[in-house]
Amino acid sequence: MRIPCPICGNRDSREFDYMGHALTLDRPAPDAGLGAWDDYLHNRENPAGPTRDLWFHGLGCGAWLVVSRDTVTHEVFGAELARDVTGGRA
Amino acid sequence: MRLASGGQIDRTQTIGFSFDGRQYEGFAGDTLASALVANRVRVVGRSFKYHRPRGVFTAGSEEPNALVTLGRAAAQDPNQRATMVELFEGLEARSQNRWPSLDFDLLALNDLAAPFLGAGFYYKTFMWPAAFWERLYEPFIRRAAGLGALSGKNNDAYHEKAFAHCDLLVIGAGPAGLMAALVAGRAGLDVILADEDSRPGGRLNAETIEVAGQPGADWAEDMVEALRAMDNVRIMTRTTVTGAYDGGTYGALERPAPDWAGHSDAPCACFWRIHAQRAILAAGALERPVAFRNNDRPGVMMAGALRAYVNRWAVSPGKAVTVFGNNDDAHRTVADLLAAGIHVAALIDSRPEATTDLPVRRYAGAQVTDAHGRGGLEAISIATMSGIDKIRTDCLAISGGWNPTLHLTCHTGRRPAWSPDLAAFVPCDGAVPGMITAGACAGDFSTHACLAAGVAAGKAVAKDLGKRARKTDLPRAEDAPYRIRPLWAVPGKGRAWLDFQNDVTVKDVKLAATENFTSVEHMKRYTTQGMAPDQGKNSNVNALAVLADATGRGIPETGTTTFRPPYVPVPIAAMGAGAQGKGFAPQRFTTSHAASVEMGAPMVEAGLWYRPGYFPRPGEKTWRQSCDREVGMVRQAVGVCDVSTLGKIDVQGPSAGAFLDMLYCNMFSTLKVGRTRYGLMLREDGHVMDDGTTARLGEDHFVMTTTTAAAGQVMKHMEFVHQALRPDLDVSFISVTEQWAQFAVAGPRSRELLNGLLDTPVDDDSFPFMGCGPVSVMGVQGRLFRISFSGEHAYEIAVPARFGDSLFRTLVARAEGMGGGAYGMEALNVLRIEKGFITHSEIHGRTTAFDIGMARMISAKKDCIGKAMAARPGLVSPGREQLVGLMPTGAVKQLTAGAHLFCLGEEAVRENDQGYITSVGFSPTLGHFLGLGFLKDGRARHGEEIRMVDHVRGVETTCKVVDPVVLDPEGGRARG
Ligand SMILES: [Zn+2]
Repeated sequence: MRIPCPICGNRDSREFDYMGHALTLDRPAPDAGLGAWDDYLHNRENPAGPTRDLWFHGLGCGAWLVVSRDTVTHEVFGAELARDVTGGRA
Repeated sequence: MRLASGGQIDRTQTIGFSFDGRQYEGFAGDTLASALVANRVRVVGRSFKYHRPRGVFTAGSEEPNALVTLGRAAAQDPNQRATMVELFEGLEARSQNRWPSLDFDLLALNDLAAPFLGAGFYYKTFMWPAAFWERLYEPFIRRAAGLGALSGKNNDAYHEKAFAHCDLLVIGAGPAGLMAALVAGRAGLDVILADEDSRPGGRLNAETIEVAGQPGADWAEDMVEALRAMDNVRIMTRTTVTGAYDGGTYGALERPAPDWAGHSDAPCACFWRIHAQRAILAAGALERPVAFRNNDRPGVMMAGALRAYVNRWAVSPGKAVTVFGNNDDAHRTVADLLAAGIHVAALIDSRPEATTDLPVRRYAGAQVTDAHGRGGLEAISIATMSGIDKIRTDCLAISGGWNPTLHLTCHTGRRPAWSPDLAAFVPCDGAVPGMITAGACAGDFSTHACLAAGVAAGKAVAKDLGKRARKTDLPRAEDAPYRIRPLWAVPGKGRAWLDFQNDVTVKDVKLAATENFTSVEHMKRYTTQGMAPDQGKNSNVNALAVLADATGRGIPETGTTTFRPPYVPVPIAAMGAGAQGKGFAPQRFTTSHAASVEMGAPMVEAGLWYRPGYFPRPGEKTWRQSCDREVGMVRQAVGVCDVSTLGKIDVQGPSAGAFLDMLYCNMFSTLKVGRTRYGLMLREDGHVMDDGTTARLGEDHFVMTTTTAAAGQVMKHMEFVHQALRPDLDVSFISVTEQWAQFAVAGPRSRELLNGLLDTPVDDDSFPFMGCGPVSVMGVQGRLFRISFSGEHAYEIAVPARFGDSLFRTLVARAEGMGGGAYGMEALNVLRIEKGFITHSEIHGRTTAFDIGMARMISAKKDCIGKAMAARPGLVSPGREQLVGLMPTGAVKQLTAGAHLFCLGEEAVRENDQGYITSVGFSPTLGHFLGLGFLKDGRARHGEEIRMVDHVRGVETTCKVVDPVVLDPEGGRARG
């Protein structure tokens, strides 16, 4: 699998660490309640199809990426910097 | 035997080799298989289960029978296909799966016991009693059934792995692949052309077909020359593309040239990872056999392979050859044999309508029903319209038609489709994104069709990648139609082989169907068909057809075949090249490494780092003696220890304080410049991630430390918190672990030692406890931190790494003059256990701030990672295991890490478990063992007697629960 790092270009997936769904970017407020926090930490869909997840380019530029890919075909649609995803939302 | 002339071999270059200890000769250009055929060696191995004698069956990587062991001793290399081994001087090959010898094999008795060894015999015969499995059945089966064996010794033979990138990977250098590479190369694409043969050309090397008016092999040679002249085309011979993976990644195994033994610097094999924007699969096709009784006799072989032996290597496996087929290739074979002057005893064509002008005894609409000759083929029986004929023959060539080599198209999960016209599976379009198929592997079997498909594929890729293909003339070649009438298995009694490598017969597949294993996947698992190293290359389609017939279904309704990587076996040594022993794993040495080794310190691995365990002195016989002395030095005088392996992260920016507040559970934005603070870092789930001290060197400048073990993880976590959660914070950070050499100087005389080196002496005012700041060390700008991991008055002094060696030697020399010296990891550990300081033995991932007694550190004034979840009821409720200190009280004065704790008088079983010990050490200060551990509600149980049981080491004692901080609980020694 290849991941198109916006900074480094198309790279072998072994340069990256994986950290689950990009929902982890949506950190609840400190007082959101245990239910919201439990959801945030533990509950994930297991989609057959498109998904967005977090990859760390540890053996490259050190950027955290949000990678869009398909869990069935393994096609990688693209990647963006987590910084931009979070920053764009704020 | 060798033919008098012809072949693509160099008859001027004789090569000596041995097989089962006997010496033979071949020529340059021979494979081991062709050289064995030339020397009339008919039996080359024994079969997997029945130990039947077997001969060379094919001429390629699909060979099921001719598996041999090469090399000796540790480098013994089993299961090498003789058809793929190029001959070299001194080659030593041995046959496999026979005992005591190939000619006389005791386990050939299995063949007589065949009625009991059919499909599923494991499940039926060896059912009961269960205890017999381990002692009797399994050892017997393992001895009886098998292929070659590894030596069991460490083989440090040199393997390599490599990476390549290209626009286009062309897989297979037959007519289609050569044309595709030419078109793409001329269009300016960066092309890799890979072929598993030593000689590009594919079938053209094995046939008498002409291309552009030239012999096909010569045309291929010219093409290769033209391709080699292009800078943008790389030709990789002896390279089998073994797998297609996601995103245009392909695995490939490159074998060495035959003279590799003469090059000590050449690897035994190289595993490539090729990243290609596009790929053209031009892998050709594999001929399939026909099943009939005793079709596994040595001397029976594939017709296409026989043509290769005759045309390419100028050898004939027989003197009176018969040819049996269901398509026109049987006729082509006869024509080639006659042209080479080999006697053809008969042509048996199963098609009733078949005719021929060839001067040969001919049977149309007939079938071979049996092969005779135990040690090798002597005769065959033929069922004709009028009865059974028996013909003397020592070589029978079979052609059951061709299966496109579509294996790679299945590697990412897609399955092929059935083509009734070809009576074969063909790849489906777009099976592997970025890969297209061309030529025989796509079902185009004539040479003309292959050449045309190659041109079309090359053009399509060029266009796809934005290049213009130049006009390419299509060379003239035969365009014979493919006429086949499917024939899978000849009906009749006896055993007819489908899978030669795993000894699976038509009977086995029918038995599977009878026992209701009617799904092809069940049939395969029940019979083991297709599960040998050759992955059923010769047998999958035939077995499927037999199953379809046995269950009264059509082939597509019955199922399909699929293949997984690798296409050919890949040595683990090649995939893992560079990882043997220490391999490419980095070794991280501190600046004090050389000095420590000179002092005789055993270096202990800590992650990638190496740290000194202890520094032995004359007269010290055990590590404990050294460790006890080193602890005493620190407690009474001064010790020096390299702590550079701790992660050091430089954090700068206007938001640096706010960022650290987010990272650590306690507050850092309030830390004064020139002060240091201990910090506890949580994971978002509320458990402790790491700890360490952070110094504030300036308003916008902090240096934080991590534990040695968690440095990488913490850095990654910090990147996440900053980039993904708080990109609004104006902060930058970078690891400076390797830029600074840092030494702990600990003990009552530490300041005295340092002041001898510092250009401006320090005192309690300039450097109070937890103070920090820049210092000048003998003219070198460094940093000083008054922090203590030993509980003593202590400092850590940091200088740029290039001064580390010199500073360490100076510190140690001066310490020794003051009754102290260097101390290692063992003493460091004892010192911190005496003080109840934690390491990753305690913060092992399942403990919380509450568990280690630091819940109050979680600041109420701010948010931080892990704060919300650390407050979960389950993480702070009674009954949790809390950090305690432990002292042995029983007769056994020893504690062991990993031991479990139980209440006195209770049985030491899991249900009664009260906790466990995480760290132990012998305290020379107190004169007994000390431990840290976790005990249910432990903080309220100080003073209680408890039972320690180490089930693994068989140690048991009673111990007293105490406060984790045993030594100097008020901390006066560090502050004073
Ligand atoms: Zn990158």
